[in-house]
Amino acid sequence: MDRMPGWADAILVPLISLLLAAFLSALVIIGIGESPVAAFKLMVEGALMRSAGWGYTLYYATNFIFTGLAVAVAFHARMFNIGGEGQAMIGGLGVALVCLYIPWPHWSLALLGSAVGASLFGAAWALIPAYLQAKRGSHIVITTIMFNFIAAALLNYVLVNVLRPVGAMDPATAKFPDATHLPTFQDMFSTAAAPMFRGAPANVTFFLAVIACVLVWLLIWRTRLGYEIRALGHSEPAARYAGISPVRTVVIAMLISGGLAGLMSVNTTQGEAERLILNSIEGAGFIGIAVALMGRNHPLGVFLAAILFGFLYQGGAELALWTTIPRELIVVIQALVILFTGALDNMVRMPLERIFLSLRRRKS
Amino acid sequence: MVDVTTGGRPDQAASTAPAIELKGISKAFGPVQANKDIAIRVMPGTIHGIIGENGAGKSTLMSILYGFYKADAGEVFIHGRKTEIPDSQAAISAGIGMVFQHFKLVENFSVLENVILGAEDGPLLRPSLAKARGVLKQLAAEYELNVDPDALIQNLSVGHQQRVEILKSLYRQADILILDEPTGVLTPAEADHLFRILDNLRREGKTIILITHKLREIMEITDTVSVMRRGEMTATVKTAETDPAELAELMVGRKVLLRVDKTAATPGKNVLEVRDLRVKDDKGIVRLKGIDLDVHAGEIVGIAGVSGNGQSELLEVLGGYADGTGQITLNGQPLDLTGKHSDGQSRRARGIAHVPEDRQREGLIMNYFAWENAAFGYHRDPKYQSGLLMNHRAMIEDTERKIEKFDVRPPNAHLTAKNFSGGNQQKIVVAREIERDPDLLLVGQPTRGVDIGAIEFIHQQIVALRDQGKAVLLVSVELDEILSLSDRIVVMFDGEIMGYGPAETANQVGLGCLMAGLGGTDTEAMQGWTISDAASAEPVDPSKSLIEAVDEKLHEKEAREARKNG
Repeated sequence: MDRMPGWADAILVPLISLLLAAFLSALVIIGIGESPVAAFKLMVEGALMRSAGWGYTLYYATNFIFTGLAVAVAFHARMFNIGGEGQAMIGGLGVALVCLYIPWPHWSLALLGSAVGASLFGAAWALIPAYLQAKRGSHIVITTIMFNFIAAALLNYVLVNVLRPVGAMDPATAKFPDATHLPTFQDMFSTAAAPMFRGAPANVTFFLAVIACVLVWLLIWRTRLGYEIRALGHSEPAARYAGISPVRTVVIAMLISGGLAGLMSVNTTQGEAERLILNSIEGAGFIGIAVALMGRNHPLGVFLAAILFGFLYQGGAELALWTTIPRELIVVIQALVILFTGALDNMVRMPLERIFLSLRRRKS
Repeated sequence: MVDVTTGGRPDQAASTAPAIELKGISKAFGPVQANKDIAIRVMPGTIHGIIGENGAGKSTLMSILYGFYKADAGEVFIHGRKTEIPDSQAAISAGIGMVFQHFKLVENFSVLENVILGAEDGPLLRPSLAKARGVLKQLAAEYELNVDPDALIQNLSVGHQQRVEILKSLYRQADILILDEPTGVLTPAEADHLFRILDNLRREGKTIILITHKLREIMEITDTVSVMRRGEMTATVKTAETDPAELAELMVGRKVLLRVDKTAATPGKNVLEVRDLRVKDDKGIVRLKGIDLDVHAGEIVGIAGVSGNGQSELLEVLGGYADGTGQITLNGQPLDLTGKHSDGQSRRARGIAHVPEDRQREGLIMNYFAWENAAFGYHRDPKYQSGLLMNHRAMIEDTERKIEKFDVRPPNAHLTAKNFSGGNQQKIVVAREIERDPDLLLVGQPTRGVDIGAIEFIHQQIVALRDQGKAVLLVSVELDEILSLSDRIVVMFDGEIMGYGPAETANQVGLGCLMAGLGGTDTEAMQGWTISDAASAEPVDPSKSLIEAVDEKLHEKEAREARKNG
């Protein structure tokens, strides 16, 4: 018998973890000498009360959805892909090449093309760690994190020596052609009378992320491949018994994972910067781990957790702008959220289970 | 054989207080009532059996007695004195010793070091070791508990490791010993020796509680027996005044057929032909050393052997998840032993179904729903697909049909596998494999951890498949199961076949010898049997008992493997 109802596991546990993290963050803010209530108000106002704030929140959330899904898919095969950062960087290279060297007639085609480029490049970057894990038993955590560094170095080299326009000072590609410009929320939702999302970077890629959530859900719970990936994740001996090749399944799951991580850079590179710069990922690959943890590796959970982290990111920026609370505090808050939702999961879960058990016993 | 003294000891029972008395013990885990108002009295100098199916609450009760769990209600009296047992230290000082099913020994410590671990006399080890050496010597002489005190645990056979556990308890001056399923890992000969040790202990006035699910052991060694069912003690009887059928009925709550009801086999053409099969595992240890085996249509071939003698590897090669060399043909067509077409999917396509030895690690995904598990391994079948997606409705309907036909309880396809009892989990696996109408069914440990009621049902299904003219290859470490289910028996030891012959003429002693790689008179007495040259033909040294010879042989094998490992 399950110890508590599914809704409690999916909603109550993360919610309580979140409240605990918020409580500790409040203590830290008091320690700095600011009012936590005012700080929270400021975060909500800056991230959620104005359409431009939403524009930023959803822009960040788009990144986190992709990287969160990447971690989630790999996790269903019991692979801990912490190389989302590197896969996204290399994905960005794919986007840049597709946008710079193919003359696109229309942004929609350019979006498709860059999505293919980004996911192919991201997947390729995940292929080597996947192969090493599946065939040679090299631990995926070690190899993927090493590949983050290699990706950073490679990107550095390519931007400085290959793709940098002649005479330019900063390590970045040339600006992408106008035809590849993706419609932002401002382009899409503003009318002359009511400007919306002014200046915010959220763009059409957000809908690509939503579609990715649906597709990942279908893949994991509705397809044969998903069935095999989950089976392998639960028990490798069982997978071998059933004739599911662990090598093949691990590699495929990691390719999908790397592809999803790569897709993130469509948002940052084509959607926002419109050129490939050095540090476009900004740690989103790592935030994806927290998002997947909090979202219980379910696309819907990942979507909600990504919005939450988008809010934290944007709200944190507002804090740094208007108060003496340093931007780093937001890292503290994120770390607390990760600590409580991920590492200290059982601390919340066990008392809850006990409560539900005693409730059930009283009923019966 | 063990001299069985039954009926208790009226002289002692009358004059002394019970060694252990439990009154009104209750324990609940959430909504599950694991123990409910349990009462037992065990007289000193007796062996008391506790029998019950998996999940009946035996282990919980003993964990309470050993201080692992705290009872919700009830009292414990030791030698007439009310005793609180909050932890295992308290249990030890009350004179209770426990031998667990899974030994708690430090593998790379010597026997002596393990014995004194936690009972050292001071900061320096030397005096404790010296003292323990003396005590061990004395115990060995008294109870036939012979173990080399300087041997490392990892080089000892399972039987010897168990003796170390018993020695550990005795060294701590336990006079009440609790043994949890002690024979599960032993050969018949080792089990006999264990019973002789227990008999000696009883004679010296020790009190023993034996937890088991094997009726035969209860009948053989205990004085009194308590039966548990669903957390309650349904009966306590004198062993001499009961019989296995009655005990089984008390355990299950209805009449149970203990023997498999089957007619003589009518073997047809050769379905499986294995020639010179060799397997080396990833550590480089040779697990199969040239196996030749035939299984005909319409017969059940049982492979007997102590676990770890190559049976698992045989099933894995045939089931498609281990590589080997040699020739295997199915219905006259060769099977690939390596490469792309040697995986589980190819085997299934060729008509080999497989009920694996470990249903929780291999046969089922414990977190999958019953309906997902009921297609596991056959999930690529087109009938479970609709376009790019899987056809969940077809899978669920299919499962509901199987659940009904195989009487899986509760009959709910939407429960995850871990929420079924062992027996019902196994029914899901058996249903999945048998319903594919295979030419060859591989079955490993079909009834391990399965309750008696389900055992009966599963055995009937296997026999029914045989009667349809299918070939069945059965691997089991339960000799009783091999003897009652098989038409022909093959005995394996150390990766080789020691002998084979018809089941009717096989007997426990002869099979026991072969399982330890011994030939000799007991095996020759089995008519129609072919004994391999690999089984030591030299007559057993008359100065040594048969059990000592078996011991030695097993010891040799494990030491050999230990050397290779190291």
